[in-house]
Amino acid sequence: MQRYLVRRIAQNILTFFLFLTMVYLLLDAVPGDFADLYLNDPRLTPETRAVLRSQLGLDQPVYVRYFIWLGDFFQGDLGISFSNYPRPVMDVILERAPRTLVLFITATVLAYYVGFLIGKLLAWRRGGAMEYAATVGGVALYTVFLPWFALMMVWFFAYTLGLFPIGKFLDPIIWRTAPVDANYVFYRMLISAFIVSLAFFLWFLYARRLDPGRRRPMTLLGLFVVLAALVGYWATTGVARYAADILHHLILPILTLTLVNFAGVMLLTRNSMLETLREDYIMAARAKGLSEKSVRDKHAARNAMLPVATSFVLALAFVLDGGVITETVFSWPGMGLTLLTAAQTQDVPMVIGALVFTGTLALSAHLIADVLYAFLDPRIRYS
Amino acid sequence: MAEIDKRSPLPVGASGGETVVEGSLPPKTAISVSRARWRLFWRGLKTNVALFTENPIGLIGLGIILFFFLLAVAHPILMRTVWPKGIYDPVIGVDTTVPFNPAPPSATHLLGTDPLGRDVLSQLMFSTRAAFLLGLLAALVTVFIATTVGAVSAYYGGVTDTLFMRLADLVIMTPTITILIVLGSLLDLGMIHLAVIIGILSGFGGATIIIKSQALTVKVRTYIEAARVAGGSNAHIIFRHIVPNLLPLSFLYMMFTVSAAIAIEAVLSFFGLLNVRMSWGLMIYTTSYSGYLLDISKWWLIFPASLSISLLSGSFYLVGRALDEVVNPRLRKR
Repeated sequence: MQRYLVRRIAQNILTFFLFLTMVYLLLDAVPGDFADLYLNDPRLTPETRAVLRSQLGLDQPVYVRYFIWLGDFFQGDLGISFSNYPRPVMDVILERAPRTLVLFITATVLAYYVGFLIGKLLAWRRGGAMEYAATVGGVALYTVFLPWFALMMVWFFAYTLGLFPIGKFLDPIIWRTAPVDANYVFYRMLISAFIVSLAFFLWFLYARRLDPGRRRPMTLLGLFVVLAALVGYWATTGVARYAADILHHLILPILTLTLVNFAGVMLLTRNSMLETLREDYIMAARAKGLSEKSVRDKHAARNAMLPVATSFVLALAFVLDGGVITETVFSWPGMGLTLLTAAQTQDVPMVIGALVFTGTLALSAHLIADVLYAFLDPRIRYS
Repeated sequence: MAEIDKRSPLPVGASGGETVVEGSLPPKTAISVSRARWRLFWRGLKTNVALFTENPIGLIGLGIILFFFLLAVAHPILMRTVWPKGIYDPVIGVDTTVPFNPAPPSATHLLGTDPLGRDVLSQLMFSTRAAFLLGLLAALVTVFIATTVGAVSAYYGGVTDTLFMRLADLVIMTPTITILIVLGSLLDLGMIHLAVIIGILSGFGGATIIIKSQALTVKVRTYIEAARVAGGSNAHIIFRHIVPNLLPLSFLYMMFTVSAAIAIEAVLSFFGLLNVRMSWGLMIYTTSYSGYLLDISKWWLIFPASLSISLLSGSFYLVGRALDEVVNPRLRKR
């Protein structure tokens, strides 16, 4: 186990370095170096231009610049964003990344929960109209043109029904008189969401060990206590209204992303379940006379979960991919929108920063997936 | 799949019957071998078609693809015969008799006109051809790379294998759309560049890993051993014996690549990052910058293009899933 992990970690770190190199070289190979943005002033004489270029270090060969950049990167310095001048890229990332992560982690968790439940049932009841309807519907949601689907959601829920705001992160009219800034409220929301999910998880672990009769009431009690504590905390902070506004803006993007993502999970679970149902231990479980529900949930679904769990972790690596589309349609100021505007305004340091952010995220997701896989499937550990 | 044809003079290996070493046989036998190979191929095809048609999902997908194919074929014919070029050209045509653009559907413009006065139906049909070409090119590049790399790295193992698998890890880690958005805004990307880039990205990525694992199971079969004993070179074994057995799986990935390529192209044109004359994504982009994006009363501006993207991309995905059940027996109904 240890050897496997050490090897995988070493490989992943190597891959990460390759990724950094690739991103740097790719953006370096783009015609016209990024100093042109500074140096395009026609009043500059060629001599001044040459001096400026050498001051910016652009007369150095590419590998020297690459190593300078790499050194700065490991000190947390990604340069200064042109389009958010004079904010450092790192600062922009630290502000926008949590917004993207909240949106996508919530949507992904919801999508995997719902998708797994439905996929499990689909594989269990093979054949019939329901399976075809679910598969065709699932594929339709999975391959729908996302910008259009998101627009239709905006049009229906926000524009026609007026249930949600049309886009953006917050409503400026409410926030005009706010005593604190948005990040202050948002970070508190993040921390409380983290504590609440941790509390739920621990309580769930505790309740699982109870005997079946007391399990359900105790679980419900735990939920109630944690939620009451959450509401109580926000009531005392005095900024609950602003938090509610951010939440209100979050609902529609999360709903859209969940609908789009759950279909893929459903189809994956179904396939994985179908393969698992062929195994001998399912036959054995049936032959033992276990109830259908028990065979399905405890013997088949748990084993079918393996690829789904891995794909869950890897889905986190593609946060930015879906982010660009969703965040553009909903004008959600996260990493995706930042990347798109940075790319369109030739803000190269910001583009590199956003790509490095994705790379870091993907690397961590890969590592977690590897560890999780080795933890869940002993066959991999020993091979 | 491995079955021996009693009527042929030599034992014939897997589905394509590719175990026979050519050139070493007298002419008469060579003819009967090629006939046997053809017969086997035909029989395999018939079984697979039967398996494929068992599943309505794949047939729905094929139906939709056929519909769009007909649209693509009909466009040049209509342009030659019924539609005057000045009015119906998808890029520069304009109908001066229409007083206000975008105009709703009418007898002359079945799907109305866009904000610049161009016929939407003509644009839609013209873009279909581009979508097919893009998908096909991307898929061919993917399959070529994935199959070759998968077979080579499974066959040689060692350093070659490690190298390509690390590369695959790197490519999987790369967010495709994000990279393409960056490239699209910094470079001048056309349809063909895009297809090749998508092909390369998906070819060196996940598809390689799966095809390689399939190649590993092919590599240890006895007919590979037989070919080696008969004096087949490495290249001969890889391309005549391993690759043909990987093709069904590659074909499956071809479908998924087409599906992805169409969607990616649409997203990039939607952001206005591609240098293309006309495409479905560009139609939505035009709608968007003219300010009609959320105006559902002008449905003909956004619905036909969006639906076409979703339908064509979805239908290739459906066909891919149906093929998955043909290729992977574990998914079939008993």
